[in-house]
Amino acid sequence: MSTLVQETAPSTYKEGFHDDDIKARHKVPKGASHEVIDYMCDVKGEPDWMRAFRHRSLDLFLKATLPAWMPGLRDIDYDAITYYASPIDKSANKWEDVPEEIRKTYDKLGIAKEEQKMLGGLGAQIDSEMAYHNIQETLAKKGVVFLSCDEGMKQHPEIFKEHFAKSIPPEDNKFAALNSAFWSGGSFVYIPKGVKCDVPLSVYFRINAEQFGQFERTLIVCDDDSFCHYVEGCSAPVYTTNSLHAAVVEIFVKERARCRYTTIQNWSTDVYNLVTKRAFVYGKGIMEWVDGNLGSKRTVKYPSVYMLGEGAHGEVLSLASADKGMWQDAGAKMVFMAPNCTARINSKSISGHGGRASYRGLVQVNPQATNCRVQVNCDALILDASSRSDTYPVMEIDGDLVTVEHEASVSSVSDEQLFYLTSRGIKKEDAVSMIVNGFIEPIVKELPMEFAVEINRLINMQMEGSVG
Amino acid sequence: MTDSLEIIDLHAKIEEREILKGLNLTIRKGEVHAIMGPNGSGKSTLANTIAGNPKYTVTSGEIRMNGENILGMEVDERARKGLFLAFQYPCEVPGVRTSNFLRLACNARAGKELDVMEFYDKLEKKMKHLEINDAFMKRYLNEGFSGGEKKRNEILQMMMLEPEYAVMDETDSGLDIDALKIVSEGVNKLRGPNLGVLIITHYERILRYIKPDFIHILVGGKIVKSGGADLAAHLEEHGYDWITKDVTPTPVSA
Repeated sequence: MSTLVQETAPSTYKEGFHDDDIKARHKVPKGASHEVIDYMCDVKGEPDWMRAFRHRSLDLFLKATLPAWMPGLRDIDYDAITYYASPIDKSANKWEDVPEEIRKTYDKLGIAKEEQKMLGGLGAQIDSEMAYHNIQETLAKKGVVFLSCDEGMKQHPEIFKEHFAKSIPPEDNKFAALNSAFWSGGSFVYIPKGVKCDVPLSVYFRINAEQFGQFERTLIVCDDDSFCHYVEGCSAPVYTTNSLHAAVVEIFVKERARCRYTTIQNWSTDVYNLVTKRAFVYGKGIMEWVDGNLGSKRTVKYPSVYMLGEGAHGEVLSLASADKGMWQDAGAKMVFMAPNCTARINSKSISGHGGRASYRGLVQVNPQATNCRVQVNCDALILDASSRSDTYPVMEIDGDLVTVEHEASVSSVSDEQLFYLTSRGIKKEDAVSMIVNGFIEPIVKELPMEFAVEINRLINMQMEGSVG
Repeated sequence: MTDSLEIIDLHAKIEEREILKGLNLTIRKGEVHAIMGPNGSGKSTLANTIAGNPKYTVTSGEIRMNGENILGMEVDERARKGLFLAFQYPCEVPGVRTSNFLRLACNARAGKELDVMEFYDKLEKKMKHLEINDAFMKRYLNEGFSGGEKKRNEILQMMMLEPEYAVMDETDSGLDIDALKIVSEGVNKLRGPNLGVLIITHYERILRYIKPDFIHILVGGKIVKSGGADLAAHLEEHGYDWITKDVTPTPVSA
């Protein structure tokens, strides 16, 4: 039986149901403790080095403080959260082998249908574990690896150990430490040298449990001259209590390789979404983050690109929509560590119904990074007087011959535009939606078709009635 | 009266300033009227008030389209009923493709989803008339368009929407002579028994290419003189001074 929590679920959030049929087979007492870590390591059968890494990370988490600038996170009650819960015993690679009650949830979310689309692989995580992971045979034959991160550690220990926590060590920030202590699920992707994975690998993350912490960990290694596009979507039930999603995503783009990572995050408005995403890019490699933040109570996320090799390119396309009760603190970090690198940040945010959207960005050019170029554009659209938008750009330029361009704009839906469009017979609400969709179009056009359609749908729903 | 756009004793203001002070005008289908007047006489206010721009308030009077008072109608409803305003300053709408916008507008005007192929066939033809190249349609609405391109886009919309009454607000301003000829030809093609046109202009120039049936002179928010096409030539020669002196004892402030 599934229950729609109607008292709290806004009618526009169709993913807000929770399925009571899904029972945790493994669940630990609330709170972030060393006992929970030992339990997880036992259940997962992990090597000792990982157990030690987790314990060390928990100590770091407990000691770490939040930076003063971090928005609105003081009220998180870490003791009320459950740090590991799994409704499955083992990840399946056939859809039929996924437990029926979980399949039902994914059916409702339309995920099973996803696989019929043009995908190279599909993964589905529920709470702490990956219920499903499968990859097209043609890709598997070329040596492409697409597994849950846990399986990746077991089946490919060398690649795993060489890269795991190398770009984001647990010391990096409080939530990276938290993830490092309790990580579970997520994807492990390896694209061998020269292999172009021209259809996306897609993963859907679902939280079902209440007051829960999801800590998936994703590690992607694109070897020399390879290409891959990884796409993730997220949603959660609507509860009156808060949940935590603190993921870590590490990507290694080797020489001349290219990786695109697309996120469409549509968490319910009781989820704190605190994610660290970082890519190390080597000579002439290209990393592109396409980051869509449409849901959550708070999002704190700045996908970053560290350009370590000459001629690397980094790109972040960031789209945030802050509706009632949301604060999207999103942005990007571009760190130049080598000569002749280029980067571009293009951020668009919309705030309506009292929502708040902030762009926070860092451009750091180190002394050895000569002759680099970076372009930053951030545009905000504010739909009503109760909503808010802020921009916090930081530039630290130590390299020579560096070109930095920064442009920012704040706008509202103008009366002139509305009059013009309606004077052609277009209804006012359609005109507003045209203007809003036009505003985000430069980013939406970069998305896979079905995501673009979904984003337009979600934003139109969120913005309904927000321009008086 | 059916088959006409009637403006009856219209008073309108913007903010607290009264601009139109009892304007009367009837445009029958098949007729082309021109309103000329000096700066500040209320020309743009008239255009915006007919279209229903919420910035302007009608304080008294009526506007009837085919016998129906349209003052209570929203902007979009007036447009769907067959009213069209060619803007003096068409605004830019970033990210909205001109073709998508036109298709939505045409669907709204038709009250149904039009056949896509038919729509594009028609669009292609009209674009040829106006010497607009194909790349234009993929561009975002008016964004980065030159003054001439914007005005052509207005006439293209008019051709696609097939209004019953069209108000053209200083369409000639900012056009070079070649563009003016093309735009005028476009309007002339539309002329016929099913369309009433109101051309609002400061200069007589456009009236050499679009011959109006009637010319009215607007001063101080009222029509002070009406006549045939020859009135334009007279204005060109003598300016507005002879009328303002003749008719309005107080200087025009608006």
